[in-house]
Amino acid sequence: MSQSSDVLVIGAGVIGAATAYFAAQQGQSVTVLDKGLPASGTSSACEGNILVSDKELGPELELTRYSLGVWHNDLEEHKKLWEFESKGGIIVASRESSLASLNRVMAVQNSYGVDVEELDQAALREAEPHISPEALGGASYREDCQVQPMLVAAHLVRLATEAGARFIADTPVTGFLRSARDGGRVTGVRTPRGDFPAGAVVNCTGTWAGELAAMAGVEVPVLPRRGFVMVTEPLPPMVHHKVYAAEYIDNVGSSDAGLQASPVVEGTPAGSILIGSTRERVGFDRKVSTAALGLLARNATSLFPFLKDVKAIRHYHGFRPYCPDHLPVIGHDDRAPGLWHAAGHEGAGIGLSAGTGKLLAQALAGLTPDMDLSPFAPARFGEFGSVRHHRNSEHREEATA
Amino acid sequence: MSVTADVAVVGVGPAGLAAAVAAAEAGARVAVVDAGNQPGGQFWRHAPESVREADGHGHHGWSTYLDLRARFDAARGAGRITYLPGLQVWMAERTGLPGSAEFVLRTTAAVASSGAAPATVAADRLVLCPGGYDRQLPVPGWELPGVMAAGGIQAFIKANGVLPGKRFVIAGTGPFLLPVAAGIAEAGGKVLAVLESSSPSAWLPHLGAATGVPEKALEGAEYAAVFAKHRIPYRTRSIVTEVLGPDKAEGVRTAKVDADGRVRPGTEREYADVDVVGFGWGFTPQMELPVALGVETRLDADGSLVGVVDERQQSSVPGLYLAGEVTGVGGATLAVLEGLAAGAAAARPDSHVPVKQPAAIARHRRFARAMHHAHPVPAAWQDWLTPDTTVCRCEEVTAGEITEARDSLGARDIRSLKSFTRAGMGWCQGRVCGFAAGCLGAGPGEMPDAGSLASSAKRPLAAPVGIGELAALDN
Repeated sequence: MSQSSDVLVIGAGVIGAATAYFAAQQGQSVTVLDKGLPASGTSSACEGNILVSDKELGPELELTRYSLGVWHNDLEEHKKLWEFESKGGIIVASRESSLASLNRVMAVQNSYGVDVEELDQAALREAEPHISPEALGGASYREDCQVQPMLVAAHLVRLATEAGARFIADTPVTGFLRSARDGGRVTGVRTPRGDFPAGAVVNCTGTWAGELAAMAGVEVPVLPRRGFVMVTEPLPPMVHHKVYAAEYIDNVGSSDAGLQASPVVEGTPAGSILIGSTRERVGFDRKVSTAALGLLARNATSLFPFLKDVKAIRHYHGFRPYCPDHLPVIGHDDRAPGLWHAAGHEGAGIGLSAGTGKLLAQALAGLTPDMDLSPFAPARFGEFGSVRHHRNSEHREEATA
Repeated sequence: MSVTADVAVVGVGPAGLAAAVAAAEAGARVAVVDAGNQPGGQFWRHAPESVREADGHGHHGWSTYLDLRARFDAARGAGRITYLPGLQVWMAERTGLPGSAEFVLRTTAAVASSGAAPATVAADRLVLCPGGYDRQLPVPGWELPGVMAAGGIQAFIKANGVLPGKRFVIAGTGPFLLPVAAGIAEAGGKVLAVLESSSPSAWLPHLGAATGVPEKALEGAEYAAVFAKHRIPYRTRSIVTEVLGPDKAEGVRTAKVDADGRVRPGTEREYADVDVVGFGWGFTPQMELPVALGVETRLDADGSLVGVVDERQQSSVPGLYLAGEVTGVGGATLAVLEGLAAGAAAARPDSHVPVKQPAAIARHRRFARAMHHAHPVPAAWQDWLTPDTTVCRCEEVTAGEITEARDSLGARDIRSLKSFTRAGMGWCQGRVCGFAAGCLGAGPGEMPDAGSLASSAKRPLAAPVGIGELAALDN
């Protein structure tokens, strides 16, 4: 097990899998370790969204659009493997006030090149015939799409191994190998299966990224945010797009600890309807919350009243990794040379994974990445997670102005 | 509606009926939640009491049922049992709050009920007696209409008094195939054959355990008489290799097998004019509620996931007791004994009244273990499948898709197989195909380990529940 790699990826979720895939495509020797099996963390407990509609203007939107290009171009030939579906998203406003906010957001998004189209009541009803009679209007985002996230992670790992990478399951990282010189450079990892030396170590452990970084003596403030998703019995097609309420955008960027939810309702090829998603900052609490289920159900039935007579057959929850400024950490950690991070993508990790993996692979190979990674620098946080530079917060004001 | 009680009992088959009676007679206020419309469970299922009085025909242990039922009714009459029929628990939770009830059950109208009003039950102690259902192994053609679980045929007859078809083949393993076939014949159906994959010689190493429970030998003799009277062929070391269609079950192809279940070439034959095929490969305990509440589990001798209990039937979760098939599949007599012990202990958790019949419980558990060893799931059963054999009927996932996900994507446990192939994601949530998918994930000749089975039994909604009902949740 002591064979050295150029790149050692920790975590076989969707971010680690994409990083390994693109690093292997670059011709690097790659090892992927996971404490369990591929896609057993957050990647298996989300909705598989690739959304443009809910993104903050600025680096997040830029990364989203870059990533969308990678999905459509670099990964085009594999789309079927992970059930890629360009279903499009629709944001619905049911109050005059939220319709006004939605119109403002649309105008700004349009000016940044987002493909968004206003839907009046009639157009909305044509697109979603079962929408609530209360719905006043909406916005259509044709670029929004969806994948089956577990299949993405598992197939990217498989494709990486076909390109020469090796994947080792059930291997938790217990510590880092450090060089005596070069400012304590990270030169590999320790595991119960032995040491794995590597030229670069990439922390793709999602919600657990902060814990892993701490093992290397650096702080990366990635926190868990819990989200419940409910699944209905299979039905004939009733919901044709990803349909969310206008409040969704406000929730995504919120740091409020309390339980929040706004309806995200969508049909799936298998016939079940997914109802998401709550957001709660409750640490790693796995206790099922009847409050969360009740809120999801109320919100979903307010968008689609027919759902009240439909049965839920399961629900699941996952922990979305997020940073205080709601941007991921992507790039080299100058405080621990040799250590890289790609984590904290919050509810957008599936969509951002393709772009993140490709950009990181470019940087790992010593190339200039297609997109500037400095807004995502792991060391951008000061004491107590405050943000050192203010680029993103300016954009946030712009988006909500 | 809200009900509070000292002890809540879920399920009112042999174990639950006994537990409710024992707890009430020990002085506890008891709430009983059951999906059925009247007491008895699967084992003592009978026609609606409003239609005709049950006479116990075709039932074993009917006098035990009548005794427990009379005591149950008496306790209800005395206000010590609140009986909530027609309801399924969709969520069980521990409150963990000092000063409030330890367990809360949320219920919804059972699919087959006449629309009972949902109730929330809060209790300090909980006895789970959810029972089990027929374990199924897929074979080519088993997705056709006319293929039923052996227990499903029996339940159909017990509840309706009529047969679901005319000409039957019953196949699988274990003594349970006998009462199913006998029940069909007594109700006027034609049983073309009972195919048992094991052989009577498999009992030889376990005769000591078997003779410890002489009543089982008596039952066996009764069935032998019924089989002789109706000329039912009982073929050992035999299996159904394919159900023949095309649009519904119309025949079966069978073969003889060796001790590991490998088909012996040249032994194939066909039965035509079949309209119902019943399969039973033992039972799967209904583990979602124990797993949801976090009990310690183990693999039993039959490869099932079961809960670990102490001599008073208490699980690793304080105040949570288990009785019946969820502690190990062992039949109704054992379930009643366990239910009596669990109910008494749950009523008076701090007194150390000794369990009444520890020797009988031990004897029946030894017998059950012997039965599991004598009637195993054949080691080579995966060889009966072709790549296009359907394994998950809800989502139409084939054996080939499952082994492909295992070999190329590294899926080993039922949970990752479900993620990658959708096996177990449909209406039944893997209750039917979970075991078989787990075998395929574990590899040829293998069975799923406890972790894999637990990943499948983790069903945060223990029953389907209306979104309108969830929307009415007020906290």
